[in-house]
Amino acid sequence: MARDTGYRPAELAAEDIDAFLADHESKGLLRFITCGSVDDGKSTLIGRLLYDSRMVFDDQMAALEADSKKVGTQGGALDFALLVDGLAAEREQGITIDVAYRFFSTAKRKFIVADTPGHEQYTRNMVTGASTADLAIVLIDARKGVLTQTRRHSYLVSLLGIRHVVLAVNKMDLVDWSRDVFDKIVVDYRAFAAELGIEDVLCIPISGLMGDNITAASTNTPWYDGTSLIDHLETVEVDDERLARRPFRMPVQWVNRPDLNFRGFAGQIASGVVKPGDPVRILPSGRTSRVARIVTLDGDLDDAQAGQSVTLTLTDEVDISRGDVIAAADQPCEVADQFETTIVWMGEDELLAGRSYWLKIGARTVSAQITEIKHRVDVNSLQESAAKTVGLNEIAVCNLSLTQPVAFEPTGSTGVWGASY
Amino acid sequence: MAAEIERPVMLYSVGKDSAVMLHLARKAFYPAPPPFPLLHVDTTWKFRAMYELRNRMAAESGMDLLVFKNPEAEARGINPFDHGATLHTDLWKTEGLKMALDQYGFNAAFGGARRDEEKSRAKERVFSFRTADHRWDPKAQRPELWSLYNTRVNRGESIRIFPISNWTELDVWQYIMREGIPIVPLYFAAERPVVERDGILIMVDDDRMPLRPGETPEMAKVRFRTLGCYPLTGAVRSEASTLAEVVQEMLLTTTSERQGRAIDHDQAASMEKKKQEGYF
Repeated sequence: MARDTGYRPAELAAEDIDAFLADHESKGLLRFITCGSVDDGKSTLIGRLLYDSRMVFDDQMAALEADSKKVGTQGGALDFALLVDGLAAEREQGITIDVAYRFFSTAKRKFIVADTPGHEQYTRNMVTGASTADLAIVLIDARKGVLTQTRRHSYLVSLLGIRHVVLAVNKMDLVDWSRDVFDKIVVDYRAFAAELGIEDVLCIPISGLMGDNITAASTNTPWYDGTSLIDHLETVEVDDERLARRPFRMPVQWVNRPDLNFRGFAGQIASGVVKPGDPVRILPSGRTSRVARIVTLDGDLDDAQAGQSVTLTLTDEVDISRGDVIAAADQPCEVADQFETTIVWMGEDELLAGRSYWLKIGARTVSAQITEIKHRVDVNSLQESAAKTVGLNEIAVCNLSLTQPVAFEPTGSTGVWGASY
Repeated sequence: MAAEIERPVMLYSVGKDSAVMLHLARKAFYPAPPPFPLLHVDTTWKFRAMYELRNRMAAESGMDLLVFKNPEAEARGINPFDHGATLHTDLWKTEGLKMALDQYGFNAAFGGARRDEEKSRAKERVFSFRTADHRWDPKAQRPELWSLYNTRVNRGESIRIFPISNWTELDVWQYIMREGIPIVPLYFAAERPVVERDGILIMVDDDRMPLRPGETPEMAKVRFRTLGCYPLTGAVRSEASTLAEVVQEMLLTTTSERQGRAIDHDQAASMEKKKQEGYF
């Protein structure tokens, strides 16, 4: 194999460092996950993305070559999975146990990719990785088609409110780049995704090992006229852009009172934009006021938007504590103390109806009781069945009763606080 | 986390990642000072310039600075020259940190580690749970969804918190540039006295360093990509004397940041092993 390997810095960095830095700072960030079954080649795909975007340094490359010979699964050729699987147990068993976060950037965007485990017993680790993602790459082995695990992962992806899915049909080299094989898998998967309500699905035939359709169109798939994987990742809309367009909400994390003359409310803006003078409503109390200042160490701001962490002061003395939500007065969020919700159970002990649990939503922690387990959802078939308890990694629809009302938004409209566990 | 945990502390190692973390904390709590102290687990072998900046930043931030030196290591006079890098790091840093947390009763500690540094770090949660004997169990990490963090610990257990987990080395440098954050001048190239030993350029920072036969310190234009104990930290020859030049050099280099650290040169899983034993 021709060795054109290793880290290659951007040319602009050498020519004009100031221009490079200005350009890099203005790049957006996309967070995505890869999920799929064991041996579908997830880690290999990520290793390939790092390698193709020149993020592998010489010393790491040397370590990879040594590791590939020692424990690699590619007969001594470069085993990209070893770039990613970092835990000793993972390298021994050749599987992914926990989420690994990797970073790379292209000319257009910065990326954080979470490589999530495929095994059912590590579902909670997959959910951890998926919760912060804008996009999910669902990998399928072209020889095997849509499997039970593909369905489970896609269901979890839809449950966590990830809006964009890429179906990467991998190992196309092993089915002779057959268009029929690809088309059949796409039809199967689209039918299932529609059932889950996933609207944006892009299907790409790839080979993670060989690099086909990863950064550029492959000559092996003349029948595929869609974009390459990287092209799509560089252009798909990220959640931050969408959240900024929604009504203003900020859960209060900290009441800042350095002295008697200052009382500010610190938090990260979950959605929308805020300016001094904006009328706001405090939830759950329902009191109203106006924003006086947006305070930061570098001076007051004229406005702030979703994703920024700021301290707000208000024009009135309003009683606000940690966990309250400051929202746009004309479009406040809802408040309730009774919920029907879907729970992914991640505790070692079973979830029991009647028992009290802590529920954390935004910056508030309240006591909550499961009043009824309505039914369990089989993560593989989506079949509902009656249940008295919910075990580790199982999913159930339950009724919850809280000891005090909380402000909330249904999952999918804001990522940050559809959450309960 | 500051709101939910009883006794938090910020670990402050005086490096660039610590500098960024401290700056973020000051911004987050402004106009109040951050409501927790700084803890420096000292080895007595840091560069002199690091001690200077440490004291200056503590005074400027209005935060309490706690300096902890492992009394056992101090009594035995542990140093990297006579006792080797492994024992030195183990006693001063790993054991020292555990002792400090136990002695002060801190049950949560902020650290400036990043996931892009090393493969086992890439797997670690932002809120990383430690058992009562400070062990990290990578197979039993807690779920961590959205930005909701589980801060509940039993007596004796603790949490290590990595607020800049998802930053890359480039992000850190860009932020230092944008915010004008003070960092130790050793990151910039200057004429410094160095000797080449075992293939690594060591800066002779004080007269405690025993010179081997044939070794004479020479002046060379060098800088450091990471900072630690001076006898264990390799310098690189460099002309980069401004932030922009440092970043440029970082982008054009072909080796990773941790390459200059003696501590990482063991087998691939060494960091994971050290962390299970309680290393930061």
